[in-house]
Amino acid sequence: MKYCYLAIFFFISNLVNASGSLSVTVPNTMEERVKACTICHNNKQKEGRDVYYPRIAGKPAGYIFNQLKYFRDGLRHYKPMAILLENMSDEYMLEIAYYFSSLQLPYPLPEKISMYPEEIKRIDLLMRLGDSERNIPACQSCHGKRLMGIRPFIPGLLGLPYTYISAQFGSWRNGGLMRGQDSNCMSEIAKLLTDKEVVAIAKWLAIQPASGEPAQSGSLLPKFSQRCSELMYLK
Amino acid sequence: MNSIKYEFKVYILRNKLFAYFAAVVFLILLPFFESAFADSLKLDNHISNQNRLFGAYLVRAGNCMGCHTARGGASFAGGREMHTSFGVFITPNITPDKETGIGNWNRSDFWRALHQGVSRNGRMLYPSFPYPQYTKITRKDADAIFSYLMSLEPIVKENPPSKIFFPYNLEPLLYVWRKLYFTEGVFKPDLSKSKEWNRGAYLVEGLGHCNSCHSSRNLLGASQEKKLIGKKMTGMDWYAPSLISRLEAGSGDLEISEIIELLTSGISKNAVASGHMATVIRQSLQFMLPEDIHAIAIYLKYIGRENFDIAPADSFPVLSKRVRNYLSQGGKIYKKYCKSCHQSSGKGVPGIYPPLAGNRSVTMASPLNTILSVMHGGFPPTTIGNPRPYGMPPFQQIFHDKEIALVVSYIRNSWGNHSSLVTEVDIERSRNSKRN
Repeated sequence: MKYCYLAIFFFISNLVNASGSLSVTVPNTMEERVKACTICHNNKQKEGRDVYYPRIAGKPAGYIFNQLKYFRDGLRHYKPMAILLENMSDEYMLEIAYYFSSLQLPYPLPEKISMYPEEIKRIDLLMRLGDSERNIPACQSCHGKRLMGIRPFIPGLLGLPYTYISAQFGSWRNGGLMRGQDSNCMSEIAKLLTDKEVVAIAKWLAIQPASGEPAQSGSLLPKFSQRCSELMYLK
Repeated sequence: MNSIKYEFKVYILRNKLFAYFAAVVFLILLPFFESAFADSLKLDNHISNQNRLFGAYLVRAGNCMGCHTARGGASFAGGREMHTSFGVFITPNITPDKETGIGNWNRSDFWRALHQGVSRNGRMLYPSFPYPQYTKITRKDADAIFSYLMSLEPIVKENPPSKIFFPYNLEPLLYVWRKLYFTEGVFKPDLSKSKEWNRGAYLVEGLGHCNSCHSSRNLLGASQEKKLIGKKMTGMDWYAPSLISRLEAGSGDLEISEIIELLTSGISKNAVASGHMATVIRQSLQFMLPEDIHAIAIYLKYIGRENFDIAPADSFPVLSKRVRNYLSQGGKIYKKYCKSCHQSSGKGVPGIYPPLAGNRSVTMASPLNTILSVMHGGFPPTTIGNPRPYGMPPFQQIFHDKEIALVVSYIRNSWGNHSSLVTEVDIERSRNSKRN
């Protein structure tokens, strides 16, 4: 009798399995959920119209979350992102931010753009020391010694294409990137740079090989976190 | 004389005694009086608090916040731009700030705005504020809404004036419009119907103001006689489908549970809410009481009961070679980009990826919403019932207009779907429509 029950049990469970295998199972993963993002933000050959979709994998989570929120709430302007995020909760955006932040994907090869030696020298100085006369801090002081960003709010600068970096600089200077934010942070710094410097910085960053992760949060000096205090919390 | 004096003294004494007695009694009883008085105060507070909470719920149900909040702005402080073909309306601040909000309003002012469409200063309101629907709201509900709004933190925010196009900016025209199309009056229950039906009708036709999107407006901006019949949203990009027609979003054939699922979670086994409806679900419908959402479902099923549409022809004309070729090009794109989620059967995955086969939002006469979904992609709204939705990519980032036209035509004509073909011109047109 016992075996009889067991046999019936197995028969039924097999039936259930069989019917289950007929239906499609969708992976219950973040990777599957964010296909809407990765059609543009991926490592594959760019087939899109906008050639400069930035890499988001491995960027600090707080930075990604804040950008998502800016897009959704109309503070950072890019219509396709605004529409995509229109009806998304903060909780889910945070989960998405953590997901992309945790991704460790190989970085693309640096771009091949030629630069004059004196140009390189000039930018090297800006990266390491800044220009105290013009109140321009060293890029490294906020974006990390290896320019891979500092957790959790400051993005890395490497592994991004020239077109994207120069477009970002343009937006910082024209105020188009963060409307209604009186930050004395990047927009101020971008305005202090000359046109020539901006072009050279974008080139310089695009030709550096990228590797590693963002630096730990403790490595940001208080004076810099104060200067950019606007960006230093989850929005 | 003495006797009189004596009597008088006795009288005084008695009175004094009585006065003393009364004073003592009063003092003894005083604590009880006090507590009784305080109790009645507490009761008053309790009632007004209840009323405020009740108002908060009604404000959710009517989604006042949806229009009276700018993107990324403070709730209820207004400033949202509503693009319509009559002009750009900028919603006012309805927090209780005295200068820039409605802090100087009283209950009657608020009632007049809601019920008669007249502002505190006597100015007639434009029906972009849905008073043709709000007029059905009861006085009790209106008062509760008002007491909730008055309990909000006042926010100082001066919003720019609306930019209304000529000739709609002429006051006399508004007067004529009201004479022609506006009927004032609180919702009258239909006694032949159930209590639940009436509650649903009150919410759909009144407080929920579904008509302000789901019915066509004539040239003068009036919702047409036949209610909830669907329309291209004035000046906006989405098409708000009919809630009556079985060819569109009518609920006549749906189970009550399915209607409820869609309206509260944003997704059901057969459908997903997108565009402005997704926003309404996220901001409002998902928070409604189960009995209210049930009442709404009953009413929606009722108004969708009649099958008055012309039944689609059984046999479609045989497709010409050119059309078949057009569709097969779309099929190739489908296979490459859409199939992995919506399946080669077009059936999707219930509750995750909506089916396209037999999906009325794909097959309805207006291709607009399908075009927009392919172009912009998007996530279903995040709701309590569906907090981590699966998204659809914005294909305009990688497709050209021609490809969008091909793939939309394909899904409108596969797996038994039969709808008009879509061309590049349609895509271009929907790209240029304004977005709120």
